[in-house]
Formats: sequence, structure tokens, C-alpha cells
Amino acid sequence: MVLTLMLTMLLSGGAAFAAQLPNFPYHSIDVLPIDRAKFLAGQKIDFEVELKDLGTIKSVEVLINYNPAEKFFGKAPVVKLAAGVSSYRIDQVSFAKPGPVNVIVNVLTEQGAASREVNYTVVADKAQKLAKNVILFVGDGMSLQARQMARILSKGLTEGKYHDLLEMEKMSNLALVTTSGMDSLVTDSANSASAYATGSKSAVNAMGIYPNSTGDPLDDPKVENIIELAKRSRGMATGIVSTANITDATPAAMVAHTRRRSEQNFIAASMLDPEHRPDVILGGGSQHFLPKSVPGSKRSDDRNLVEEFKSQGYTFAGNKTELNQIQNSAKVLGLFQLDNMNVYIDREVTKNPAVLGSFTDQPTLMDMTKQAINVLSKNQNGFFLMVEGACIDKQLHTVDWERATYDTIEMDKAIGIAKEFAKKNNDTLIIVVADHAHSASITGTYHELDGKTGRQAVRTYAEAGFPTFEDKNKDGFPDNPAPAVTLAIQYANHPEYYEDYKFNPEPIAPAIKSGSKTIANPKKDANGDLNSSKLPDTETQEVHTADDVPLTADGPGAEYFRGIMDNTEVFFGMVRALGLDAVK
Amino acid sequence: MALGNWGKEAAAPLGFAELYSGASSLGIQFSPKLKSLNGKRVSMVGFMAPPLKPTLAFFVLTKVPMAICPFCSTDADWPNDIVVVRLSKPVTALPYDQPIQVTGRLEVGSQIDRETGFVSLVRIIADTLERAK
Ligand SMILES: [Zn+2]
Repeated sequence: MVLTLMLTMLLSGGAAFAAQLPNFPYHSIDVLPIDRAKFLAGQKIDFEVELKDLGTIKSVEVLINYNPAEKFFGKAPVVKLAAGVSSYRIDQVSFAKPGPVNVIVNVLTEQGAASREVNYTVVADKAQKLAKNVILFVGDGMSLQARQMARILSKGLTEGKYHDLLEMEKMSNLALVTTSGMDSLVTDSANSASAYATGSKSAVNAMGIYPNSTGDPLDDPKVENIIELAKRSRGMATGIVSTANITDATPAAMVAHTRRRSEQNFIAASMLDPEHRPDVILGGGSQHFLPKSVPGSKRSDDRNLVEEFKSQGYTFAGNKTELNQIQNSAKVLGLFQLDNMNVYIDREVTKNPAVLGSFTDQPTLMDMTKQAINVLSKNQNGFFLMVEGACIDKQLHTVDWERATYDTIEMDKAIGIAKEFAKKNNDTLIIVVADHAHSASITGTYHELDGKTGRQAVRTYAEAGFPTFEDKNKDGFPDNPAPAVTLAIQYANHPEYYEDYKFNPEPIAPAIKSGSKTIANPKKDANGDLNSSKLPDTETQEVHTADDVPLTADGPGAEYFRGIMDNTEVFFGMVRALGLDAVK
Repeated sequence: MALGNWGKEAAAPLGFAELYSGASSLGIQFSPKLKSLNGKRVSMVGFMAPPLKPTLAFFVLTKVPMAICPFCSTDADWPNDIVVVRLSKPVTALPYDQPIQVTGRLEVGSQIDRETGFVSLVRIIADTLERAK
């Protein structure tokens, strides 16, 4: 091969390079992982350099800490030269020593030379007092305001003072987390969960990978995630719990590697791969686990993943009763809905048959968290558990803050269960964080006691007073999501929609498609005010915002979380608390 | 009898709530009514979801108008109670936000569309498509 010859020549002799290519204004040398990436020592990555539109390439030289990459990694690269994008790739390598890593790429083309330099950081910090277990709670879309709505509804306040704080607020450490991805200011849940799971930023819709330029959503360079590290380096038990499809972005990012989060059938099957097979998998979304012949399946093949998990020793639970009966299993697959699980208000408060259909026996997030901890805590090497309150986000997308808030309270009660467990041995780090924010904000209160309606009945400043939510049965949830005086919640971004500020007895989309445009759904709050949109008319939902999100933490290793932190630091805080040694 | 329907069997009305008699996380059960109408002429009222591409000779009929098009959005998922409507010609533009009435022969059972890979359980091979009254 000509290229191999060239490479050998370069590697042995070095070469003098001319200035940057003058004639290729759009060319680039993309190094994956990206500049300023950070890794745990020993954490496995795929390393790829993409050379874009550089003309005819004569040679490529990649130096890592001034050594040829193949010598540094002890592995030969796979080099593919092509007219548009050429690739230089070495898979499944790692940096063993903590400290800075320098990468220099030198390319010689027929037209001249080009180069690129990026730098990485490698860490191997261990907390003074180590944690045996880590429980990561992700409130999807749980902004500061979402937490506060839950505090108001669950705890209440008199004369300006709250009666109590949420479980997630009574924790030793508080930080603000920035959420942007490598490709965009505003992230989605795959991208941000991926930052928590791997310590690396990714792109919108991607998880566990750095996105390369090929169309294949399964060939992008991977980064080893927390579940893989916990299993490989210490034989820990691992679990994922969510109220969404368990193959949805946040739980999937703890496990899978793909450029496209919508590959949910692939993700479901990938959960069987031994290197990241979680011992406990609880949530919705059985539609991606059933063979296509079964009505309700969304698979396009004949694989029955429920049966495949059973043959791997998993106990299957299809409803709350079956979940609660499980006693001595080390591995559990629980799928409680074909699609996303229903939200707390519909499941536990209104119990509306038109909404629930046949799914009248779904567990709460508390039930799932409790059973997950029961099962996982039997492993002597400790466990990593991710619990997601998924529908906080999904309900804020549909401008339904009441449903979102009950689900935030539900997650808070699950956090209370985790804190009870942690109290016993004080060897569990609990982290509570959102993956991104939403634009819902508390303007004041709303009531129609004086006959005013719509925006005229939004009460601001002194007029607002306090809402009248009541929790007579002291279960932490207001008895009635529609009290006489409720909160006035406004959204900074939304599609065109009707707003009457009142609780909707059933979940309903705020806007629908009409031709290529989005219009207000006439079936939602038709008597309310028409709120015109500040978004393009292609957007059908309230959208994520770039706001920083609060993180609270308690237990060994929690001291890491303070001040303003990049979202990738959640991963480093977890591996530091566990003291994982990935160099093996 | 309307002249246009001369020679066609009368269509049995079928509602979205009548498609399934039960469900668990291990699957959905077709209702006895749905099974008994398999191969027969039925009529359903629903909403046309925005089609994957204008050249396709099928579209998805849903109970409520779709907020997001699952064909174009990575975040969206089809509801479970959808009906695929097959047409002899590519989809003519009908409003997505107005109810439409679809009449044709009912087909029950899993099928994958060759061109798009779209999996459907319940289909109507439509002979009539009109705005619902
Ligand atoms: Zn979202």
C-alpha cells in the first residue's frame, strides 16, 4: 500500500511541513475525541481523525505526546482514504497515566500540508472517603423552577417561609451544571445523559460516542460509560430505572453507543450485551422488546428480548404486583407499559380509564427505586443505579406543569427512599440533577374567585398571595391538582396554543400539525387565551432551554460538587467517589 | 343507497376504542369485533398524520390529531392504536387537523411495508376518503 509506505516513511523520518493549505477554505481535520476532552485513566475510547476535503492525501501522521499514535497505543490504525472524508482510526484504546495528553495531526497532500493540535486531560482522582454505591437521579428537564414548583405543591409555605424542603434539597452539596453539547448551545436528553455517563460531550441525539461524519448511526467512535466501567473494573451491580421507555435517551445513554437515540430497537437489544448489561432494568417501553409478530410490538425482527433476558437469568415483571413479589433475584427486567409509563396524576390520582386503558397496575417510581436498591445492594462490590423521572420533561413539553410537578414530587419521594438506604451504612453517594431545563416560570398565582378569567386572572406581586394546595393525607402530593388558587405558570417558549391556566383532566397536546404548519390544538383549553408563538411554526412543543440546572448531592464524594460545573463533571464526580481503577 | 357505493357491501362503523380488548406489557389483544370484521368493509373516523413522503400510497390514521410527526421527529413515537390506510394512488393532501372518514376493506395482522419498513397491525384498503361530517 502506498499509504502504509508513506506513513512508515513519515513515522521514521519525520517531515518538514509547509504552511496551512491555502486553496482549501472548507477543509478540516477533525479529531475525535474533541479538543479539551477529559478521561478517566484507563477509560476505553475509540480514537478517530477525519480529514475532510483536503484533496489528494499523501500521508497522515498522528502524534500522541510526541510519539506516533500506533506506538503510543500499541495498536495499528485503520486508515481509509477517500475523496471527501478520509479516516484514521484506532479503536479500544486508553490513556493509562493521569496528566495532559497532546495530539498532533500532520497531513501532507499534493497541494500542501495541514495540521491540527488538540489536548486532553486524564485524571485518576479518588475521594478521601470512598463510596461503595452511587445512585444518580436524573429529573429529565427538572429546572430550578420545576424543583420549586414541587416544593410549593409538596411542602407549601406560610407567610413566605416554606414548611419544609424537598428530599432533593436537603442534601449537603449544591452546584450549578452547564448543559451545552459539543454541537449546540441547547442539548437534548441523549447528549446530556451521555455527558453524565461518559464524561464526554456529544451531539444532539447521540449517546456514548463522538459523532463522525458517516451516515451510519452505529459506527461512531465510542467512549466507555459508567456502567461498563463499574462492571469491568470492579464487578459492580448496575441498574437503570425510568418512567419512560427504558430505551429512551436518558436510561439508554447509561448503556448504549449510538449517534441516533431513535434506534430504540437496537438499544433494547444492546442491553443484552454482557459488557453493559444492567442487572436491573425497570421502566416502560416493552414495545421494543417484543417480537414483531406480537400486536403492540415496534420491533422489525422476530427477537423476543423478554425471553432472551429470562434465559440470561432475569426475573420478568410486567406489572406492580409482579415487581413487588420479587424476592431473591439478582437480575430483574420489569416493563410496565408498551410505551412510556403513565404519569403520576393519571396513574395514582385521577386513575382515568380512558387514559390508562388496561395498564391499571403500574408501579410508582418509588416502588421501582425500592426494588432496584433491594436487588442491587446484594452485590458485595457495590452498585451503580440511575433513576430517571422522565415525564417531568415530557409534560413540560406539552405545557402541562401540574403533571410535570407531580412527577417531580414522585421522584423526590424516590430520592427519600434512596436516602433511607444510604443512612444505614453511609457509603452511598446520591446525586440529583436535571439534564437540561425548560422555560416554565412562576409568575404568581391564578384564581377566578372574583369572576376574572384568562390572563386577567393572573395575580402578580401582592395580588398573588399564596396558592391553596392541600395535602390532608400527608402523602407529599396535593390532594387536588386544581385548587381554588393555583400557580400561574408561564412558558418563555411554546408553539401557538390556548391557555386557560386550569388543570387538564387528561394529557393533551398543546398544538397540532396543519399542513406544514403548527397550529394551536382546538381541543385544548378552547375557551382560553390564544398564546401566539415565539418559535418557528415547525415546532410543535415547548422546547428545552440552555439554562444551567441545579445539582444536589450527599454522601461520600459529594464534596466534589460545588460552584459552577460542566455537565461532564458529573461522571468524574461519580468515578472519583467510587475510586474506580479503569487501568486493567 | 348512494349510487357511488353501488355494488359495494355496506361498511360497518369501527371506532378506535373498539380495536383492542385488552393489553399488557406483553402485547395487545385484538378485540373480537376487530377480528370478526377482518376482510370486511369498515368505516373509521380519525385524523390523517402527516405522511412520510407525498409519493407514498399509504398514510397513518390516528384517534387524535398528531402533535408531532413521528416520521420526521426522532423524539416522537406513534401511539399504539393507529390504523394504516392504503390507497390505490399516492396520498392526496387532506387537512391533518380535521377529522376524515375512511371506508374500505379491513386487514388485521402484522405487516411490514416493503418500501419504508413501517410496521402495521391494522390496515384499511381504502375505497373512499372524505371529510367526516
Ligand atoms: Zn425533552
